[in-house]
Amino acid sequence: MNTLEWTFLIWLGSLVAGFLGSLTGLGGGIVVVPMLALGFGVDIRYAAGASLIAVIATSSGASAAYVKEGFSNIRIGTFLEVATTLGALVGAVATSILSTRSISVIFGIILVYSGFLSVRRWKEQGEIPWESRPPDPWAMRLKLNGSYPIAVGSRSYEAQNVATGFAMMFGAGVLSGLLGIGSGAMKVLAMDQTMRLPFKVSTTTSNFMIGVTAAASAGVYLHLGYIDPGLAMPVMLGVLPGALLGARRLVCARPRDLRILFTVVLLALAFEMIYKGLSGGL
Amino acid sequence: MKIAVLQKGSTEQWIEQIVGNLLRLGVMLAATIVLIGGSLYLVRYGATLPQYSGFQGEPSDLRSISGIVADALSLRSRGLIQLGVLLLMATPVARVAFLTLAFTHQRDRLYAVMAFVVLALLVYSLIGGLAF
Repeated sequence: MNTLEWTFLIWLGSLVAGFLGSLTGLGGGIVVVPMLALGFGVDIRYAAGASLIAVIATSSGASAAYVKEGFSNIRIGTFLEVATTLGALVGAVATSILSTRSISVIFGIILVYSGFLSVRRWKEQGEIPWESRPPDPWAMRLKLNGSYPIAVGSRSYEAQNVATGFAMMFGAGVLSGLLGIGSGAMKVLAMDQTMRLPFKVSTTTSNFMIGVTAAASAGVYLHLGYIDPGLAMPVMLGVLPGALLGARRLVCARPRDLRILFTVVLLALAFEMIYKGLSGGL
Repeated sequence: MKIAVLQKGSTEQWIEQIVGNLLRLGVMLAATIVLIGGSLYLVRYGATLPQYSGFQGEPSDLRSISGIVADALSLRSRGLIQLGVLLLMATPVARVAFLTLAFTHQRDRLYAVMAFVVLALLVYSLIGGLAF
């Protein structure tokens, strides 16, 4: 296989990565790392660099649409970014103290459990909105409410359990600093399960935030020589149109279908993390 | 939760439109440069064999901003791609910077401070990473 054919195949895979990443709010990294490392035999460091580019491309590419259409909540995103960026800094420092392998395994197990919670939710209730509750005073103070487009008109929502959600986002940031992953999974789960935001708002706001988390590590990756132009080119040019297609698909998708897709990708990610932790690399 | 006909404030929508346009512009610009660099790259290296199983790390000129800019200005394919990648990495930073300004303009002090904290941490990690 010469470089031309190889570039084309990576481009094609990245197209799928961008599509899944923008629909689930998980970023394109989950597909790109195993594709490059296992499918193409690329060294894990180059794969990690390419994954970083995939995450930023998915985030910025799809957010352009999600923000304009009123799915991503800018205030919720900004508020939670404070937690994730602080967490990421703590996580980066903690890498020298903690064993990332065992953390990978624990994280994977948490994801499997969260996957079951997510499945249970659509099995039990279909996809009806969360029941009404007295508003969280923090949500009022911080204006963590909004409305998003549904099939006809729009539906309003308000964040619940703001303090717990913020703490979970800090945890998501620590994980991304520790493991070098975008931790979109934790972000979606915190917004969906804890803050009880509508599923589309959770995934698109996660999509909005993961670019910032990834950009924070971009300096280190570039400096260490993980960002290779030969890989970056097909990954970026594939992920971008994929993310735009995903963003277009999300508008009319049923939340229930999105949740099923999210859970499937989440479980794949969980096994990836457990495998990575047990084998010490992909 | 109720079905609402609640209209979002017009300033809110104004911010959303600009953030969307800013991201779109950044991404399009980055993609165009990568596309140009990528075409040159494939013309030059398309028939060679890819070598990625071992890790050598990139040459030093592709690991620093000044080196990348110099390479791109002399129209070297790998330098051009890397410049596009740098632009892509800058899109989230530009987005947070714009939000800091927009919230300040709206006199939403709390959110202006939050966006500024995110921006400061982001710039700190980026520069810290490059100097690492």
